[in-house]
This record gives sequence, structure tokens and C-alpha cells, in this order.
Amino acid sequence: MRASEPSLERQEVLKNMLKHDCGSCHGLTLQGGLGPPLLAQDLANKPDDYLIDTIQNGRKGTAMPPWKPFISTAETRWLIQTLLKRAP
Amino acid sequence: MIKPLLYPLFLLSFSHLIHAELRGTGDLGVVIEREPAAIQIINTTHNTALSRVTDLGDLSHASVVFSRDARYAYIFGRDGGLTKIDLLQEKITKRIIQAGNSIGGAISQDGKLIAVSNYTPGGVKIFSAETLQLLADIPALYGDNQLSKVVGLVDAPEQKFIFSLFDAGEIWIADLNEPSTPKIQKFKNVGKQPYDALLSPDGRYYIAGLFADQGLALLDLWFPEQGVKRILPDYGKQDEKLPVYKMPHLEGWAVAGNLMFIPAIGQHEVLVIKQSTWQLVKRIPVIGQPVFVMARPDGRQVWVNYAFPNNATVQVIDVKKLSLVKSLTPGKAVLHMEFTPRGENIWVSARDDNRVIIYDTSNFKELMRLPANKPSGIFFSSRAHKMGL
Repeated sequence: MRASEPSLERQEVLKNMLKHDCGSCHGLTLQGGLGPPLLAQDLANKPDDYLIDTIQNGRKGTAMPPWKPFISTAETRWLIQTLLKRAP
Repeated sequence: MIKPLLYPLFLLSFSHLIHAELRGTGDLGVVIEREPAAIQIINTTHNTALSRVTDLGDLSHASVVFSRDARYAYIFGRDGGLTKIDLLQEKITKRIIQAGNSIGGAISQDGKLIAVSNYTPGGVKIFSAETLQLLADIPALYGDNQLSKVVGLVDAPEQKFIFSLFDAGEIWIADLNEPSTPKIQKFKNVGKQPYDALLSPDGRYYIAGLFADQGLALLDLWFPEQGVKRILPDYGKQDEKLPVYKMPHLEGWAVAGNLMFIPAIGQHEVLVIKQSTWQLVKRIPVIGQPVFVMARPDGRQVWVNYAFPNNATVQVIDVKKLSLVKSLTPGKAVLHMEFTPRGENIWVSARDDNRVIIYDTSNFKELMRLPANKPSGIFFSSRAHKMGL
């Protein structure tokens, strides 16, 4: 797992994206907005593959766009781990 | 200058009052800082920041309205915070948390009521503008006792508020002539997922953008009995929808002569529509998903900013030519723009470069950069006297 972690510099970019770009729909504190909340408790019971697919390819019929052009699968995995580790 | 000798002697002890600078509020404004959540009070005559008011909760989405005396700013925060700020004393007058998750607000025609639109619990709450005391609660109930997120809340003539129900696909008019007992008129099946709305500057037309449907929903407030009509029903039908990385805002109803400019959704275009016939005049290709499409107050220029990943650029449409005449790069992650009251300058926020840039709109020259912490919305007190903002 550690081997596939993004560089520290990239982690900062991803964290900023998570907060501000994801945050424009999911809230800066990720408690939800037009999009659903992304707190650890909301994601805990969802399979990793489902979360990865949602972020990479978006969700049809909702406002969730595909982030594939900007975030690799490994980075998506790292983002999900970061979300799951966030203190409630 | 005030001459202290003209005052009774006992007043001399209040030396801070006597020496305080007298000023108006017509050239003041508010810049939202996302992180840490604060506002800056700014002056648009001298292009200066005057002060900062802090501890405002979660401002990841925030909007502002002004009291009709333009002394107070009401800040609507994402976390349901409603804060009344005194622009002269530069401090919080009152702050409440009125809901769990909030999107925007409006002030009534008479300036006495504040309405807030909420996602959680879905609905609109009405407060006294003076005391922030709750006067009425309008849950956005639909279907099988569900609550809808509420978007596109605006004030309208005759002491009304109008708003759209994102999940229900409805538009409601709330008559607040008796503030504690609002009269609601509902329009159902207006289209799927209205995501924001605008009111024409004359207060006559309410238009909601539809995220999951073709075209726009139009309500003519002079003829509400005619119901909500769909305009541009065929727009973009054949085109593949592009991903939207930030929802457009419709507040900047840009009207020049008989033309109206709005952001397309899922297309990298600004749409030009003829008012009254509601026909599409032109699709102006731009570099990204437009977020704000705002007309200079005289209507000669329309400024456009964009969603991620094209959010480092701002473009200007010349209304005479109906085409782009200028591209500017104010900084990383441009979130908002605001014209000075008569439009000689525009203030632009660049979130990831932590600055606000002021341009001269006549020659596009940069006049000033002001530091700000993750700045987003910019709101000037001239909004106090405009409907639907």
C-alpha cells in the first residue's frame, strides 16, 4: 500500500482538491451539500470498488462527474483511505 | 471634521465617538474567506480592505444580502449559520445556527424579513431582519412526506419569496405579507432537478436551470396563472453532455437590450436568449463550463468564470459583437466576480492564490491585488437595492 502512495507534494494537491473541489458539492467539512456527506461513517459500509468506480467514472443520473482525467486509480484509493481515516 | 467644542462637555468623555470617522456604506462590500472562515470588509472607492470579522463557521458555500440601509450584511453559511454583521462597527451583531446544511438567502422587499434556503432540513425559514428571531418555517414537503433540498431562493415584488425544490422538481411562491402565516403557491412538474434560479432585474421573470432535464423553467410573475413554461426545450438535445465539476450559478441575469446571457450546463457555452420570445439567439463557445455569467451594470460586457479544471481563466464577451474579446488569468481557482456599483471596476477572487484582483473594465488593466485567505464570494452593498440578488 505504502509503495503506491502519492508523493507528499501530490498529497497536498489532492487534499486541496478534496476540500475545495469535492467540497463545492459535498461541503468543505464533507458533511454534504447538493452531494451526499463523505464522512467516515457514511463510507464505511460501502465496498472500495464501488467508491473507486464512483470517483473515477462518476454516477449516471446524478451530478457526480468522472474524475478519471485528473486522479489516477491509485490516487483515488489513497483519497478513500484518507476519508475513512478522518476522525468523526 | 467634527468640532468637539460644538458638543456639550459631557460628550467629550466619549472621545472615541467624537474622533470616529463618519462614513457611509454605499462603497463598502464583503469578501468571503473560506479558510479560516471569515469575511473582509472592503472599500471599493479606495480599493482597500478595512477589517476582518472571524469565527463564521463553514463558509464553503456562502452568500450575502444587505439590509436596505446598507449598514448590515447577512451571511448565509454552509453549516446553517446566519450571521448579521455591522459594517460600520465591523463586528458580529448576532449569529445563529438555523439549520444543518444551508445554501442561500434573500431579504424581503420591505427589508424586514430574511429568508434562508436549506438542504437539511429541506425548506425555507423566515427570520426577522432586525433580531434574527424565527417567524415562520416552510418545510419543502413533497411526495411521500419527503423533504426536498431548496435552491434558487430570491425575493420578489409584493413581499414574496420564490424558490425551487431540487429533489421534487417544483417551484414555490411564498407570500409573506403576514410573516407568521406564509401563503404558498406551488408549481409542480417544472422539470427535473432545478439547481439554481434567477429573477430578472425588473422582478417579473423567475427562471430555474434544470440539471437533469432539457431547457429552463420559466415563471412569469405577472401571469402566474399561466403556470411554469419550459423554454429552450430542444437546446443541446443532440449534444453529448460534458461533465460538470461545479454547478453553475444563475444569479447574474445579464440583460443587454432584449438579450439575456446564461451559462449552459454540460456544454462549454454561454447561451444568448431573446427575452419575451425566449428564443435562442446564439451559443457562444467558451473555454469551460461557465459558473458565473455576469453583466457589467451598463450591459455592454458580460464576464464569465469557469468550473474546474478551467478555473484559472476569466473571459469577457462584448455584447455588441456577441463574441469573446478578452481572456484574463487572475490566478488559480477563480470563484467569483463582482462589479462596482456602476461597473468601472470588477473584483475577482482567486482562491488558490489567496488574492483578490481588481480590474479596470474599460481596458482590462489590473489595478490592485489584495491578499485574502482562500477568497470566494464577493458582495458589494449596492446589492441592497436590487431585487432578486
